[in-house]
Amino acid sequence: MAVRSNNKFSRRSFLKVTGLAGGGVLIGFNLFSACKSDTEMPKDISELNFNDFNAYIKIADNGKVTIFSPNPEIGQGVKTSMPMIIAEELDVAWEDVYVQQAPLDTEKYVRQVAGGSQSIRASWEPLRQTGASARQMLINAAAAGWDVDPGECTTSNGVITGPGGNRIGYGEVVKDAAGLEVPEEVSLKDPKDFKIIGKDIRNVDINKIITGKPLYGLDYSEEGMLIASVLRPPAFGQELADFQKLENFDAIKKDHPGVVDIIRFENKIAVLAKDTWTAMKAKKTLQANWQYAGNPESTEDHDEILLGLLDGNDFQNMRKDGDVEKAFSEADEVLERTYESPFLPHNCMEPMNFFANVTDEKIHLVGPIQTPEGTANQVAEKLGRPLEEVHLEMTRMGGGFGRRLYGDFVLEAAEISSLAKKPVKVVYSREDDMTAGVYRPAIKYRIKAAVKDGKLTGYHLKEAAVNSNMYNLIPNFFPAGAVENYQVDVANYQSNITTGAWRAPYTNFLAFAEQSFFDELAEVMQVDRVQLHLDLLEKVKGSTDDRIQYSPERMQNVIKTVVEKSGFKNQQEGVYKGFSAYYCHNTHVAEVAEVVLENGQPVTKKVTCVVDCGIVVNRLGALNQIEGGIVDGVGHAMYGDLTFTDGKPESDNFHNYQLIRMMQAPKVETHFIENNLSPTGLGEPTLPVAGGAVANAIKAATGQRIYKQPFIKHLDTKEVIG
Amino acid sequence: MPEYNLNVNGQSFTVEAAADTPVLWVLRDHLRLVGTKYGCGIGQCGACTIHLDGKAQRSCLTPVSSVENAKITTIEGLSEDGSHPVQVAWKEADAPQCGYCQAGQIMTASSFLRENPAPSNEEIRKAMHGNICRCAAYNRIEKAVAMASEKLT
Repeated sequence: MAVRSNNKFSRRSFLKVTGLAGGGVLIGFNLFSACKSDTEMPKDISELNFNDFNAYIKIADNGKVTIFSPNPEIGQGVKTSMPMIIAEELDVAWEDVYVQQAPLDTEKYVRQVAGGSQSIRASWEPLRQTGASARQMLINAAAAGWDVDPGECTTSNGVITGPGGNRIGYGEVVKDAAGLEVPEEVSLKDPKDFKIIGKDIRNVDINKIITGKPLYGLDYSEEGMLIASVLRPPAFGQELADFQKLENFDAIKKDHPGVVDIIRFENKIAVLAKDTWTAMKAKKTLQANWQYAGNPESTEDHDEILLGLLDGNDFQNMRKDGDVEKAFSEADEVLERTYESPFLPHNCMEPMNFFANVTDEKIHLVGPIQTPEGTANQVAEKLGRPLEEVHLEMTRMGGGFGRRLYGDFVLEAAEISSLAKKPVKVVYSREDDMTAGVYRPAIKYRIKAAVKDGKLTGYHLKEAAVNSNMYNLIPNFFPAGAVENYQVDVANYQSNITTGAWRAPYTNFLAFAEQSFFDELAEVMQVDRVQLHLDLLEKVKGSTDDRIQYSPERMQNVIKTVVEKSGFKNQQEGVYKGFSAYYCHNTHVAEVAEVVLENGQPVTKKVTCVVDCGIVVNRLGALNQIEGGIVDGVGHAMYGDLTFTDGKPESDNFHNYQLIRMMQAPKVETHFIENNLSPTGLGEPTLPVAGGAVANAIKAATGQRIYKQPFIKHLDTKEVIG
Repeated sequence: MPEYNLNVNGQSFTVEAAADTPVLWVLRDHLRLVGTKYGCGIGQCGACTIHLDGKAQRSCLTPVSSVENAKITTIEGLSEDGSHPVQVAWKEADAPQCGYCQAGQIMTASSFLRENPAPSNEEIRKAMHGNICRCAAYNRIEKAVAMASEKLT
C-alpha cells in the first residue's frame, strides 16, 4: 500500500516548473523551514541549518534524467545517495540517471551544507516528495493526452502505462508536464516496492576517480592563474612584527624565476608564483620576524588548566536530575575517573586550497568547502561587496572531517586575489595544513558514579574543554533518564589556538570515556557489563522525558545483536574482546573489538558492528562509511596526538604525525538492523564507539585501563611484555 | 630555466622547470595531468605514486632532472579507458570514499601486482602500508587488490 505524503508544506507556493529551451523540464523545490525537525549539531556551527534543501530534476526529451545533488560531497556519499532517493520516487532506472553537483544557489537550493551527518536524515522526506511530485505531473500529462484518469496509470523505469495498453516515455511528456498544475498531494512508495533504495549503488564519480580526471579543488585551474603559498605565524599567539618586502623580493625573484609578487596581508605573507613548487619553495626563504601578542601556550599548560577546571567549581550546568551529591554521600561505593584527550588536526588528504578571482564585476570562487553559503557571505562581508557578486562553485572534496566547515582559506584566497588583482589559488602545503588548523580541541572528562545496594544511583559528568563545550543535546544522551541522580556540568578555557568541529564533535572522545567508565563500573559492581547497559536502558523505556535523545528499545536491539553476532561471550584462546555502545547523530551503534597480543603489543584485529540507521539508502556506500568510521576511530584513539610548545604545533607532516595505515587497520564486520524507519546519517556515528571498544578489549588483554588518548602513548608496553 | 624532455604515458613532452622541481608538480602544473595527487611532499603518504619504468615511485621526491631517460606512467596512462584490471577491481569494490588518495593506491597496487600477481592477504597489507587513506577505506582497498589479483591470474 502506498503511503500518503504528510504534506507538511504548501507545494503550490514552492514548486517551480520551467520548460527549457533545449527540451526537457526542470522541477525545483524550495524546501524550507516547515520541514524542520530537531537536529543535532555542534555549538560552534549552530548557525547552520541542515534542514533546508532544494533539489532539481532535469528530464530530457530522450527520457534521460539529470539529478542535481545539492549538498557538498566530502566522501560521505551524498552525491550518490541523495539522487538515489529522488530517482526512486520518480521511478526511473538508475542507469538513465546522470548526477551533477548543483552550484551554490541560495535562491533555488536555500541551504547547502555537509555536516552533522544530517544530509540524508533531513532530506529523506523532501527528496522523496520531489521525485514523487515530478512523477505525478508526468502521469497527469500522459493521462490528459490519453483522456483517461491519472489513477489508472502506472509507471516503471521511466515509462507510463495507461489503460488499453497505452505506453509513453517520460521524455515524450515532459513539455506537457511542465505546463501543468503542481499536485497538492502525492503518494510515496511503500518501502517494500523500492527498486533503488537499499541496493548497492557505486559512487557516481567512480570512473573519474579511477582514471584521475580533474575533480578536486586542487585540480582546478584557469588561464593566468597564480599559485599563492602563504606564510602564517609559526605559533598561535604570534603576529607579524616586521617584514622587509623589497630586500626579500629582489633576492627571491632572482633565485626563483616564476615568482610574480609578494603580498603582505593581515598577519600573513603570500608568495605568488606561476607554479606550485616555485611558490612553496620561495615561501620557505621569506625572512620575517614574529612576536607574541598573546600567551604562548603549551600542552602542559592546557593539561594543568583543564585539570584545574575539573577540580574547581566554575561550571555551567547542562542537566540536573535529582541530587548527585546526596547519592554520593549515601553510596556504598563511588567510582571516579578522569579521561584526557589531545588536540587533533583533521589532516584531509587534499590540503586546504581555494581559487578566487576578484574583479570589479564579480568574485569568482571555486573549491572544496562544506559550508558554501556561509563562506560566500563571509567573503562578501570581508571585501565589502554585495553577496550577488559572489559566485561560488563547489568541487568534490578530498576529505572534510569538519575542517572545511571553516572558510578561512577561502577568505585568504579572496583577499590575495583582491590585492593582487589576479586570479589566484591558495594552496596549503601539508605543513601549512597541519600547523594552521582548526583543531579538535583538547578535552578532559571526569565521571563519578555512586553505587548503592548493587544499583547505580548517581552519575556526574564534568567536561573541561578548550574554547567551547559540548552541544546541548549531548547531556540528554545515555545514561540520561536511566539514573535517578544525574548531572552534567561543563567548563572551558579560552585559548588562542583555533578549534572547531572534528568528525563527531565531542562524542568522538566522550563515547570512549563513558564506555570505558561503564566497563570499569561493571567490574566494581561485579555485574555483567552488557547486562548493566541493558538494565539501565530498561529503566528509560516508557519515559515521558522528551529531552531524551536515544531510543532504549533500538539501543537494546543493537546491543543484543552485536553480542550475538560477535560471539562476545564465547571464550577464544588468545582473543580478547571489548564492548561499547553509543548513540549520536540520530543513529544507534554497538561494537565489539577483538584484540590479540603480538610480541606483547595489543593489536586490534576485528571490529563487529551493529547499526540501526533506519532504512539503508545505499548499502554499498553505507558499509564504506561504517568501515571507514570505525578504522578512523581506532586510528585516532590509538595514535592521534597534536601537542604544542609555546603555541607551536609539534607535528607538521606525516613523518611526525601518525595516521592509521593498512597493516594496523582492523577488519570490520557490519550488520544492519532491518526496519522501515526513516534513515539517519552514517558519516560520524560509528567512529565514537570504536575507541571504547578497543580500550575495553585492551583491558581484557593486558589488564591495563587506558584513560588518555592516544593509547599508544599511555599504554605501558613493558608491563604487557613482562 | 633548463628544459627537460619527458616521456609521459607514451607521449613526449618538453618542459621548462627548475632542476629540483618534483615530477609531481611538473605533471600537475606544467602538463596539467592532475590525476597524480599532492598529499605530503615528503614521501610519507603515497598519494603522488607514479610508475617509473613500471615501478612504483613517489613523484613528490623525484626531481624532474632525474627522469629524462625513464618512461613515466601516471594514473591517466595506466589504461586508456579505466580498463586496467586494478581499475576495474577498484570500481567493482567501490573502494573510494573521498577518492583523493585512490590514484596513488591504484598505482602502488598495479606495480605490486605486476611483481607478485597472486599475493597473500598479508603481502597485500604490507605492500599497501605506505599509502595513507584518511577516510580509512582500508578494508575496501585490500579487497580491491585481492579482486584485481584474481583478474590477473
